[in-house]
Order: sequence, then C-alpha cells, then structure tokens
Amino acid sequence: MNALSKSTFAWLLKREYWESKRGFLWAPFWAAAVLVIITVLGMIAGEVLNARNSDTHVQMGMSLDDLLKSAVAHDIGQVVHGLDASMTAVAILVAIVLSFVLFFYLLGALYDDRRDRSLLFWKSLPVSDTATVISKAVAAMIVAPLIAIVIALAGYLALQVVVSFWLMFHGVNPFPVLWAHIEPFNLWLHLLATIPVNAIWALPTVGWLLFCSAAARSKPFLWAVMIPVIAGVLNLWIGLLGAPHIDNSFYWRHLFGGALLGLIPGGWIAPNLRDMHPVDQGNIVQSVLGFDSMVRALAMPEMWIGAVAGVALIAAAIWFRRWRDEA
Amino acid sequence: MSAISQNAAIDEGRVAQNAQGTVIRAVGLSKRYGNSVALDHASFDVPAGHIVGLIGPNGAGKTTALKAILGLTDFEGDLSVLGLDPRKQRPALMQQVCFIADVATLPRWISVREAIDFVAGVHPRFDRAKCERFLARTKLQPEQRVKQMSKGMIVQLHLAIVMAIDARLLVLDEPTLGLDILYRKQFYQSLLEDYFDENKTILVTTHQVEEIEHILTDLMFIRDGKVVLDTPMEALGGRFAEVMVNADRVEAARALKPIDERQVFGKSILLFDGVPRARLEELGEVRRPTVADLFVATMKGTYA
Repeated sequence: MNALSKSTFAWLLKREYWESKRGFLWAPFWAAAVLVIITVLGMIAGEVLNARNSDTHVQMGMSLDDLLKSAVAHDIGQVVHGLDASMTAVAILVAIVLSFVLFFYLLGALYDDRRDRSLLFWKSLPVSDTATVISKAVAAMIVAPLIAIVIALAGYLALQVVVSFWLMFHGVNPFPVLWAHIEPFNLWLHLLATIPVNAIWALPTVGWLLFCSAAARSKPFLWAVMIPVIAGVLNLWIGLLGAPHIDNSFYWRHLFGGALLGLIPGGWIAPNLRDMHPVDQGNIVQSVLGFDSMVRALAMPEMWIGAVAGVALIAAAIWFRRWRDEA
Repeated sequence: MSAISQNAAIDEGRVAQNAQGTVIRAVGLSKRYGNSVALDHASFDVPAGHIVGLIGPNGAGKTTALKAILGLTDFEGDLSVLGLDPRKQRPALMQQVCFIADVATLPRWISVREAIDFVAGVHPRFDRAKCERFLARTKLQPEQRVKQMSKGMIVQLHLAIVMAIDARLLVLDEPTLGLDILYRKQFYQSLLEDYFDENKTILVTTHQVEEIEHILTDLMFIRDGKVVLDTPMEALGGRFAEVMVNADRVEAARALKPIDERQVFGKSILLFDGVPRARLEELGEVRRPTVADLFVATMKGTYA
C-alpha cells in the first residue's frame, strides 16, 4: 500500500469514529462512569448507615468492609484481590456495552447510508469499496475496543482514587496498601493483547453482520437474526424426522454462535476453560486473560475456521457494496 | 518505428484525444431492471468543455445513464469515460469525476468541518483554501451539522466542496430539486462564474429546463431509454422553428409535417423540424422554440 492509500485509510477510520462517536466513546464512558458513581453513592450510604447503626454491611461488587479490614491489617493479598475484582467489574461492564454497540454499528454500517442516500456522496469520492468495507470492520474490531480499553482503564483508576479517599477517611494511608500494588500497565498490556484475539474470534460475526448490512434491501436486523434462528429450527425439525442434519449442539454453538455471538469480548474464554487448570480465584485477570490462555485460544481450530468464514463474508459484503443497485 | 514506440505513440495520441476530445463515449448502452427497460441501446458522445443537458421525463433512463457513467451500476454495451471503464476503474475515475446526485445526499451527521477534513484527506485534487473561500460567501459555520441545515444550505456546502475539486467531468442529477428560486439561480451562476472553463465538462439532468436553457452548449433528449435528440444549442435555431399560423393557412402548414401543433388565441402554433426557414416564413410569424416547447412536443404521449 502506498502512502496515499494509507492516509486514505486513516481518514476512513476517522470518519467511522466521527459517525459513531456516541457508541464508540460515550456509551463505554457512561458505563464506566455509572459504576464509579454507584460506588461513591454506596460508600456515602455505607458511612451514613454505619453512623446510625454500626452493624450495617455494605457489599459493592467487592465488600468494602472486608477491603477496609484487609487494608487496616495490611493484608496486601486480600487488597489486591479486591482491586482485581473491581477492575474485572469495570472491564466486563464496558465490554458488554461495547458488544451491543458494535452489533448495531455493524448492522448499520453498510445499510444506513443506502437508506438515507448519503451512499451517493461517499461513492462520489475516489475511495474503493474494498477500503470502505474493510475500514468498517477494522473500526469495529480494533478502533472501538482500543477506545473501550482506555476508558475501562480510566474507570479503574478513578475507582482506585475513590477507594483511596475512602481509606484516608478511615485513617488508612492508601499509598502503601493500594497504589504500591496496582499494576495498571501490566493490566493494560493484557487487555491490549486481547484485542487481536477478540478480533479473530469476532471475524465470523463481523462478516455476517456486514454481509447482511450490505445485502439486505431493508431491515438488516431481521435478516441477520432470523436466518440463523430459522435455519436452526429447520435443522432441528429435519433431525426430528430422522433425515441427515447438522448436530444440533454443534449448530447452535458454532454456526449460530459464530454468526451472532462473536462480538462478546472474551467469547473464546469459555471453550478454552475446559482445558484450563482450575481458575485462580485470587487472580482472575491474570489467569483468564493470561497470555497462555490466549495462546491456547489461538490454537483452537474453530478460531481459524470461523476467521476464514468471516473473511469470505466480508468479501461478499464488498461485492454487494460495489454492485448493489437500488433502482 | 519499433512496435513499442509505436504503441507509446498510439497511447499518447489517445491521451491527447481524451484531454480535448470526447469525455464520454457511449455505444449501445442497455440496462433493464426486471421487465422494464431503463436504457435501450443508447449511444451518445459528450465532448470536452461542453455543458450538456440530459433531459427526459420521469423513468426515461436519465438516472440510469448517469449511474452507468459513474460506475454505480452494471450495463451492456460500451462506455468509456475519460478513457476509463467505469465498471472496472471506478476509484481512478472518481479522481477526475465529481457528482452531485440529488439535493441532500450529504450524510446528516457530518459537520461542515468534518466534511471538508474528510474530502481533503481522501481526494488528491481537492483545494481546501478554495473551498473555504466559497464557504465564506455563505452563512455556513464550521461546526454546523448537515441535519441542522436547510436543503438550500446543504447544496451550498456540496457545491463548495465539488467546485474545489479540480475534476474534468462534473455530473449533476437534479441538483436543484426542491430549492427556491434564489438558491437555484445562485447554484447555476456559481457554476458558470467560479467553476466552468474549457477544461471542464458538465453533464446535467433536470426538470427545470427553462432555468438551464441559457447555460447549455448541448441538448440531449432521452425517451424510453433511447436518445431521441442530440444537438448543439446553436444548431437548435437552424433546425427547429415555431410558426404562428392563421386558420386559413393551417392546412398548407400541416402539409409540411409539423412535429407538434397547439392552439393559442384562435391561432395555431406549429413546430417544425428541418423545414427551410424561407418556406415557413410564407406561412406566418417564425420564432425559435424554447427547449420546454421542444421537450413537450418530443415527449408527447410518454405517460399516456
């Protein structure tokens, strides 16, 4: 690729970000912000209730009382455990929000501009349909997750600040117990490393949604969801009649799941868990999102079969983008 | 001369011809949607440096022809635009071709600043300063979004962007539909004053024939997918004539096979194609027909 098309591609990604800022930036931002705000409200409520009746126990994802006891006792292991849990809470919430955002983003990516005819403006510029479609896939698989990770990390740090103030309020110096032991960069590295694994895992879903978005004359959502559902039910029915069919659990897990559920970040963890050593409860991020866990996921053949299917669907989406002609 | 240099010479010749000669060459263009024929072996040339009006009733195939030229649809027949095949070389073609299809095709979420940034980013022939000069004449603000604009303002923005692109062919498909007369006049005036020169070619379709009549250099009528008239404007007066005939001479006039006849204030107005002017002057007052009159005469029975 020459310099020109490289800068064109960067502009295409920027364009996707402009159009979907609300989903890519503000949705994960508010998810993280709400979690932080709820924590603050919970702490205030806990303090007020404690002042009235010293026997109230406040449970906020992590138990604040336990955290305080551990912090006072300088039980570092327990504190780190609690922080790990809080990071996991932020990351999971942001990830769930992001998967919804991306599902609808991809369904509209090649449909909305056909509906409002702005397609004619985009097509009046010297940009190939291949570059356009790939920019939308890359925005969903790389750009949006990157933004979400930055937000999750910021939410995590904000949570630490909140907990620090709270510890200080209880006369505990947060620096030796809290800040000396958090490893945001280690975490950041692990989360960053999940992006390519998530992207490959999500490829069949990205491909299927882009394909429906490019091919449907109307209602891409219905096509995208109803085709796999009806195919699954038909398959079940054919099986009941005793005719040759695809094994049902295989269908729902691999074909249905591949087409529609691949955007849930860390979807590759579940099949991977079977061969995993007992999950280290005290260190969830490290053990589930550990590098060896990712390597194991990348060794699964289903990962790569799905990726090939996803690439084929994206190629089909490009063809429709090029030739779909609304007369 | 060796074979290689001969080929090079031929290529050069073709490039030179493309630079000055024909911008669009269509031979036997056909396209059908299901049972309806949109284009029926249409053939035409658009010469460089001309402003060609492609006029036809609804469903005559205008938009399909433009789509074929822009590489937005598949078709049968041969079509060369600036020496390129729009089906196979679309991205390369779009560096040299601009189009405004309809009013309000700019995405509603985009702001003036974003639109300019993006086009400046992806279009190598876009002149940002020029675009900003055009915009300075309007009331558009950089942070304003398309969804906050009136139709007229959207077209101002689109036109400012397109006029800042140094392209060789500009295609306009009903660019002023639904605009008030101030915006319509301003639109064509800007095109003529700030954009058009001998290196540029404009192909425009519209229903508002009267408004563009005076700026066209060539006129093309399309009906049922066929090009039924293709003439330079200056040849129009020599070929077509309208004669106002008194009742007593109508029979004599009808013998000359008029292509249209209508009644005004008890007199008949007959439209002739290719009848010598001297013959017509014997019958009554001769004048040059307007494009609208010609259009109505040519398209009679289209919707019947």
